[in-house]
Amino acid sequence: MSAPAERAVAELPTLPPEAKAELDRLRKLYPTERALLLPALHLAQKHWDGWLPEEAILAVAAELGLPPAEVYGVVTFYDLYHERPVGRHRIRVCTNVPCMLRGSAELMTALAETLGVEEGEVTPDGRCSFVHFECLGACEQAPMMMVDDTYHGDLDAAKVKQIVGGLE
Amino acid sequence: MAAATTSPIKIGSIGEPVLLRNVGKPEALTVAGYRQRGGYKALEQALALDPAKITETVKASGLRGRGGAGFPTGMKWSFIPKEAKQKYLVVNADESEPGTFKDRVLMEHDPHQLIEGSAICCRAVGASMCYIYIRGEYVEAAGILDAAIADAYAQGVLGSDVLGSGFKLDMVVHRGAGAYICGEETGLLESLEGKRGQPRVKPPFPAVVGAFGMPTVINNVETLCCVPHIVERGPEWFKAIGPDEKNTGPKLYAVSGHVEKPGTYEVPIGITFQELLDLCGGVWKGRKLKAFIPGGASAPVLLESDRHIKLDFDTLAKAGTMLGSAAVMVMDETASMLQVAKRSAKFFNHESCGQCTPCREGTNWMEVLLTHASHGEATEDEVDLVPKVAKQIGGNSLCALGDAAMMGVGPIVEKFRAEILAEMHAAAAHGPVHGPAAHATVGDPLLPVLQGV
Ligand SMILES: Cc1cc2nc3c(=O)[nH]c(=O)nc-3n(C[C@H](O)[C@H](O)[C@H](O)COP(=O)(O)O)c2cc1C
Ligand code: SF4
Ligand code: FES
Repeated sequence: MSAPAERAVAELPTLPPEAKAELDRLRKLYPTERALLLPALHLAQKHWDGWLPEEAILAVAAELGLPPAEVYGVVTFYDLYHERPVGRHRIRVCTNVPCMLRGSAELMTALAETLGVEEGEVTPDGRCSFVHFECLGACEQAPMMMVDDTYHGDLDAAKVKQIVGGLE
Repeated sequence: MAAATTSPIKIGSIGEPVLLRNVGKPEALTVAGYRQRGGYKALEQALALDPAKITETVKASGLRGRGGAGFPTGMKWSFIPKEAKQKYLVVNADESEPGTFKDRVLMEHDPHQLIEGSAICCRAVGASMCYIYIRGEYVEAAGILDAAIADAYAQGVLGSDVLGSGFKLDMVVHRGAGAYICGEETGLLESLEGKRGQPRVKPPFPAVVGAFGMPTVINNVETLCCVPHIVERGPEWFKAIGPDEKNTGPKLYAVSGHVEKPGTYEVPIGITFQELLDLCGGVWKGRKLKAFIPGGASAPVLLESDRHIKLDFDTLAKAGTMLGSAAVMVMDETASMLQVAKRSAKFFNHESCGQCTPCREGTNWMEVLLTHASHGEATEDEVDLVPKVAKQIGGNSLCALGDAAMMGVGPIVEKFRAEILAEMHAAAAHGPVHGPAAHATVGDPLLPVLQGV
């Protein structure tokens, strides 16, 4: 049996091997460890089901030799990092001016109706969550939304319901 | 090779496009296909030149930055100290100015044009490392760029011996994580270094102390995409396009809102708004024009009566607005200017990085006041307070986001005061005209102040 101190060290959360390998590849391209923080958080979030539990933060901090508080400070600054669980599918509806002018409010209403939850909540089966978002840089397709990593444009309420209906 | 983009193609041009020539040509996604379409000749030419001569050529073309500020590109490159051992190029692909989507189109359809322009810039200033900082939401564009860069390494366009010239160049895509302020060049550098994207005090400018403390050029995607064409066709060709010596070259306008055909339009810089509108099929549904914003959410709004204005840097500056990112947002007669002002105020409030009190508090107050107005719960004095607050943000904050918040919100309230008051009084009498659908977050107006957010 190992001593308690050793066991505590062994149990520190770590990043999965694929993430570590990708960071090793990137390490050669940056002059500082700290510069790997955003890439590391993206990799961690992918591994931890789309959000960053404490475990993920500690794993990233350990990997890069940073204080966890510094990592938290960065996580809270950026809109794409989540500190709370999200749905298996994450829906972001652009509601900035060009999308607003072409009917983004209708998309938000359609999502609330079809998912039966409010903005920011996760459906009881864990399938989806949706939020409004700033301009996603696809205003020629307004109104539009992003489902996970994919853009969907030229939408209306019916198309939104169809897309959401097709999600696993 | 990455799959071609799934985005619908929505472009237009006057004459044969230059910057958009590979849109809808998926063969251009590989080095071989891009070469077949005439690519990488400019890089070969540039590698044979004295680096200083490349900068001179770009200077002579009159190219001005396409990211928002319109700074002369050749001059920016000439500020990079020759003797520094390590220099960087950072490509600004953050593209988060509301209404702007042209850089996404360039990256999704023609990644090698950006790689080529960036490589030429690196050669000119002596940078051996290029970071492409792309907004985190552009997952598809990042994947297309990643694949193109891998192919460029495999074909000897990047790496230890660029096209057999002995020049060494590495390039990597760095994904942001959702923050408009990371488009501001020093916020971007902080973010690249793994920190919160809070802008730095300037000077020192990035050309002297940039990424990781080293001299750094930061250029917009479209700016760099112009470079291969300038090298290949010569600065005189570039200068011949546009209304005068200071406004030159082909330009991408991202047109959105109430037009028949929103999209990315490549036209000579300095086209009039009316000509651009005609190219977009006019105002949608046969309606009348009310207003337009010529340069993204940060630019002061213009009126229907301004429709014949030339959309170039200097004409727009003289008219009290700006070309910015050339994101042209069009509003028809049915648009609620109160909702537009409120939504933009909400944007700036959300995106303020919080370092400067006028920006952090002022953007919040503008959103609160306009939200109250849209619920019919503000007084006329409170509506008039909005442009006053705006003016206290602009010029009193560290970075240009503060000025953008002033310019993007204040003039809407000033120019459409009567309409805004009418909508407010109607809301007071009958309930909000636009319902709760605008998703305002508002509580006690003092709360945000007390919470310090
Ligand atoms: C709040 C803010 C956001 C900005 N966002 C962007 C952006 O997304 N893309 C960009 O190229 N420039 C952006 N800029 C302008 C950059 O600071 C910088 O001027 C530009 O990248 C320089 O490149 P250029 O000379 O090629 O235009 C932004 C500026 C501010 C103040
Ligand atoms: S002006 Fe606003 S965004 Fe810019 S540094 Fe100050 S608080 Fe941050
Ligand atoms: S406003 Fe919706 S994508 Fe730009």
